[in-house]
Amino acid sequence: MEIRWDIFVLIAACSLVTALPRVIPLVLLSRIDLPEPLLRWLGHIPIAVMAALVGQELIHAEAGFSLHEHLDLAAGVLTFIVAFKTRNLLWTVILGCLFAMVLRLLA
Amino acid sequence: MNREQFIRGVKDCVPTLLGYLSIGFAAGIIEKTAGLSMMEVGLLSVMVYAGSAQFIFAGMIGAGSSTAGIVATVFFVNLRHLLLSAALSPYFRHLSPIKNALIGMLLTDETFGVASAQASQTKQLNNSWMQGLNLTAYLNWIAANLAGAYLGEWIKDPEKLGLDFALPAMFIGLLVLQIVHRKRYTVDLVVGLTAVIVGVICGIWLSQSAGVIAATITAATVGTVIERWR
Repeated sequence: MEIRWDIFVLIAACSLVTALPRVIPLVLLSRIDLPEPLLRWLGHIPIAVMAALVGQELIHAEAGFSLHEHLDLAAGVLTFIVAFKTRNLLWTVILGCLFAMVLRLLA
Repeated sequence: MNREQFIRGVKDCVPTLLGYLSIGFAAGIIEKTAGLSMMEVGLLSVMVYAGSAQFIFAGMIGAGSSTAGIVATVFFVNLRHLLLSAALSPYFRHLSPIKNALIGMLLTDETFGVASAQASQTKQLNNSWMQGLNLTAYLNWIAANLAGAYLGEWIKDPEKLGLDFALPAMFIGLLVLQIVHRKRYTVDLVVGLTAVIVGVICGIWLSQSAGVIAATITAATVGTVIERWR
């Protein structure tokens, strides 16, 4: 139950390289007037980054063609429908987990 | 600090807690298995506070990788935060650089998702609200890591319960909420599909994290261009 010195140094270095990309744009860009096209570009980032993350989680491109290798995608489609119908994040998460559990049990 | 806004931020964080609880729990198990002590697991979650980076950190420690290799990999895995931080900056123009830095320090995919869903309805985000959201997610993450490191030996198979699906389900919910609020269905659909395709293909060619960055930049550019045409 202790902290080794070399691990501490490693964690501190990782902390620094993680914090900088998080902090620098917020501190610098919030102080200047950004040109309109750049603002529009930044406005698309939320959809783009969330979609990219969802895609990588659900689509297993290297798997085969049978359905049981794509259960996450099936659960994902059902979760999308719930999200559109309920527009409630908590229900989406709870029912999403339920779909994944049931599909895995059935497969 | 506005107490009411802070509490509203805490409440808005609740739906995302399960997703990061299960991921943090898994991270705690892997970190412990890689040979980190409880204190080191705690320190890692407090100081790095990033899911994918902590998985990779643990994996590389276990494999005996070099310090420089680990630090460089963690840097690249988290480089997408540049884009998230930049995208939120227009909503915090009213705040001082120090307050902006404090918000940035605790920025994650999930708090970014909740904040941009909120931002699609307003022009400005409230500092206390954002701190409430950020701090709740942060404490949940640290607790989840410690719980995983402590209890991991007994809970072997969280996938059976579908708990690992809480993360993609949360991203799906955040994505849909934003599309519904923005009401720019055609553009958002094209942007989303572009991001999925580029993300999956580049995820195989390069790496998952490079895939997310490539997908985000490409899809946002496509979105900006088609907006010009219309």
